[in-house]
Amino acid sequence: MNAPATARRLRVHVLRYNPAEPEVLPRTQTYEVDEAEGMTLFILLSELREKHDPSLQFDFVCRAGVCGSCGMVINGRPGLACRTLTAELPADITLAPLPTFELIGDLSVNTGKWMREMTERLEAWVHTKEQEVDLRRHEERMDPDLADEVYELDRCIECGCCVAACGTAHMRRDFVGAVGINKVGRFRLDPRDARGDEDFYELLGNDDGVFGCMSLLACNDLCPKELPLQSQIAFLRRRLARI
Amino acid sequence: MNSTHAGMLAADAIRPRASRWPARLDVAQSVSGLLLALFMWGHMVFVASILVSKDAMWTITKLFEGYFVFGESYPGIVSVIVALVFGLFILHAGLALRKFPANYRQYSLFGRHMRGMRHEDTTLWYWQVLTGFALFFLASAHLWWMLTHPGMIGPYASADRVWGDHFWILYLLLLFAVELHGGIGLYRLAVKWGVFEGKDPAASRRRLRAAKWTITVFLIALGLATLAAYVKIGIEHAPQRGERYTPAWVQHEGGES
Repeated sequence: MNAPATARRLRVHVLRYNPAEPEVLPRTQTYEVDEAEGMTLFILLSELREKHDPSLQFDFVCRAGVCGSCGMVINGRPGLACRTLTAELPADITLAPLPTFELIGDLSVNTGKWMREMTERLEAWVHTKEQEVDLRRHEERMDPDLADEVYELDRCIECGCCVAACGTAHMRRDFVGAVGINKVGRFRLDPRDARGDEDFYELLGNDDGVFGCMSLLACNDLCPKELPLQSQIAFLRRRLARI
Repeated sequence: MNSTHAGMLAADAIRPRASRWPARLDVAQSVSGLLLALFMWGHMVFVASILVSKDAMWTITKLFEGYFVFGESYPGIVSVIVALVFGLFILHAGLALRKFPANYRQYSLFGRHMRGMRHEDTTLWYWQVLTGFALFFLASAHLWWMLTHPGMIGPYASADRVWGDHFWILYLLLLFAVELHGGIGLYRLAVKWGVFEGKDPAASRRRLRAAKWTITVFLIALGLATLAAYVKIGIEHAPQRGERYTPAWVQHEGGES
């Protein structure tokens, strides 16, 4: 990628640590890169790995804000590398892995493990009335407006930014985070799910669930998909407080 | 398999119904906070009546002492009101403690997170914790004094206390702690329960935040002006410290107390 004549020289400070090499202490490594037009952090990191340091670890799949793999802390705030333009950042860029998740190495974290545990704990899948599902039968029709509402919450890509942005999750590791509360909200809307609010209370009605949320709302403000997390958490809090 | 083992398995198999207490405690924390914040708005109006006139402040004091109902003052009524507020305050403090960082590690984690995030609502929560902690002591000192000296309220009695007994130091700290804590708390209550959310929650939240700051700045300014008024009266009244105020129009009825 060619740099325009007026391109800035970016100084990228990356927190480096590989748990597989515990003898090498965590350190900040600084790289200098010429900024290119339309450059995203993902492009910048790819260039770093290709031209400067092939050992640098970070995750990506889609490069388009769909897979949720490239979440990291960018100048103190969680965000997706592929959706962050370097032009929006100062010349000094500090990158760190998302906190609260298991570190794989450098900027790569195991959000999948956390999300799976949360999903199992909240039983975040459709619970049908029938014990056995007849796969040959057509699904019941869903009202298009309702399908849109379900889809709106289902847009979550489980990138982990809401958890990393949450002060409560930092202090209390068992907190389910906005991603978990949003998931329950999604299945509560789904007419195929036979569970009622009493059942959802069993999963979320505690201080690690919706009543543990302290309404700091960084989850809502930093969600890369702009999900209505503030409204969802407030809605579920009202519903479950009535149980 | 012996019977003990079988019994343990049966116990494990029964999942107890989730307690309803987390919901009740969350609601109780919100309701007690709301009542205290509304009370503090009223309290500010009552004490700020000194800015209107000494007579206005005297009249409100006597209203709470039942003077205009019973024809004479019963300061015990004030003690009952203070006791109720004190009880609500202790309840709210106890419930809010559940949310405080529990140890150095949690304070450290939150502090580092807050500094990195530079996110207003996250920072405001930290201020709410700090001011809440300060209120444990500041509000308790004030409430205990009012509980045990209910008759010592009035234009001169309060001014003598503020200046002569150096209560202005306590009240200055209390003013900032209460107004910051209450303002942030009411804003958080609204977003926590989705009140005033409307069709555009982001716009509503911006308006709520603007209203919060406006109200907080106004109440702190009003509180400072009120405190300054009591200090001025206290300095002027210092030579006659202990004398009670009596409006000219009731002097024939026998004075303030």
